[in-house]
Amino acid sequence: MMTLARRRKLTNIVAMTLSMLAMLFGFVWLIWILATVLKLGIPGVSLELFTKMTPPPGAEGGGLLNAIAGSGVLVGIATLVGAPIGILAGIYLAEYGRGTWVAAATRFINEILLSAPSIVVGLFVYGLVVSRSGNFSGWAGALALALILVPVVLSTTDNMLKLVPNSLREAAFALGATRQTVIIRVSMRAARAGVVTGVLLGLARIAGETAPLLFTALSNQFWSLDLGQPVANLPVTIFRFAMSPFEAWQHLAWAGVLLITISILVLNVISRVVLREGGGH
Amino acid sequence: MQQIQVGADRVVASAVAQKQEVQMAFKAVNFHYGSFHALKNINLDIYKNRVTAFIGPSGCGKSTLLRMMNRMYDLYPGHAASGALLLDGEDILAKGCDVQTLRAKVGMVFQKPTPFPMSIYDNIAFGVGLHETLTRADMEERVEWALRKAALWDEVKDKLGKSGTSLSGGQQQRLCIARAAAVRPEVLLLDEPTSALDPISTMRIEELISELRAEFTIAIVTHNMQQAARISNYTAYMYLGELIEFGETDAMFLSPKDRRTEDYITGRFG
Repeated sequence: MMTLARRRKLTNIVAMTLSMLAMLFGFVWLIWILATVLKLGIPGVSLELFTKMTPPPGAEGGGLLNAIAGSGVLVGIATLVGAPIGILAGIYLAEYGRGTWVAAATRFINEILLSAPSIVVGLFVYGLVVSRSGNFSGWAGALALALILVPVVLSTTDNMLKLVPNSLREAAFALGATRQTVIIRVSMRAARAGVVTGVLLGLARIAGETAPLLFTALSNQFWSLDLGQPVANLPVTIFRFAMSPFEAWQHLAWAGVLLITISILVLNVISRVVLREGGGH
Repeated sequence: MQQIQVGADRVVASAVAQKQEVQMAFKAVNFHYGSFHALKNINLDIYKNRVTAFIGPSGCGKSTLLRMMNRMYDLYPGHAASGALLLDGEDILAKGCDVQTLRAKVGMVFQKPTPFPMSIYDNIAFGVGLHETLTRADMEERVEWALRKAALWDEVKDKLGKSGTSLSGGQQQRLCIARAAAVRPEVLLLDEPTSALDPISTMRIEELISELRAEFTIAIVTHNMQQAARISNYTAYMYLGELIEFGETDAMFLSPKDRRTEDYITGRFG
């Protein structure tokens, strides 16, 4: 006959062991992936990676300069376009549209967009822009990335504004502030660390997206920042090079994977720091 | 208090109302939230440079009454107000009333301290800047004036650039009082300003309220009857949306006229 205390202790041990094992399971894969990326990526990292263009098939050497620059431009434009739209829409949902059916419906649709497979977005932009204009282009790629960024930023802004206590808004209204003053100078001020984090996380998300670019920006062998033409970018270059039979290309693909992983890691760390520094208010 | 000459021509009727200047007056005010009748035919005068306390059990409408005085209820849909609520003779329930201007004249401090996520200085300057354009020097002077009024200056004068949220609970509440006072309103509404504070902070705020009376008309909602007795000149007892009794605090606590008031202040109920 087991006493109650003993049984509780045992249940506790079993539950703790199971959850530790589950955590370990996830952790093992993460470490494995990181180790593989580091092991295969580091040999490809050199100054040339950042100074030379992608090499022709079979050639030795070369780098990823055009892909890095292309990715930077595409992600940059997508963020410049997508982040303000996401933030403004989030402000609408959390501040102006509180309790209205329009806001509720928009929030619901946004949740769906948030979890939509990125390949769907890629095909959508292909149908909308590429098939009509007749060629792959940087603009189409930036648009696809922006479409993926908007729901992320919107949802974070909405959630962060909802965390701002209503008493703070009331206090500002009680001083005779108009609604827009309350939103800009009090609500957004209180939520700004969270909103910046949302943008950074959205940025991290689109930095590694391949599927939407495959159908839109495609890729480019050469240096080109002409957004009316196909633009080289890291994810698609990695995809092409990793699948190729050429060893030099495969090395570059791994180096590219390492680059993306590190930049996403850095973005996540920055967003953590921003949240901690600014969240104290 | 102004002394009334006792003489042959003394008008006996409503002596209370005559010896004070009226700042705000409720005239047959009714208030509904949806189908709920929250305030029933309220007639009440709030006297200038006096402290008026509102007491009564939870849900009696005292907070609603306070939030009518700066039209705070406007923020939420589904309400209806009728009657007239006069501020210096003008009906603030009227359609044409500009609520931003009204709130500059009628400031409010809430139950929980609500410092904005900005510096102590900016917390005070925020409200002032909404209604006045001051030079830097004038603004600094105003911020100091407000912080002195709230008995907070000595504690924060060396850290005006620090975040308002870094202060203690009692200091935060005095910051909120300073913030409301800085706009130089005529009326200050205090909605249970000490219910989230410890006894020492509460005492400081109570002392403060007595001093602020010289400059502002004060209406305070409180759950604490001793507090009402200590700090107010007039007390209004409310129950189920009705104003049961209103009068000078001393008289009301010594000899309430209504049985329900007596039951409440003697602790038999509520």
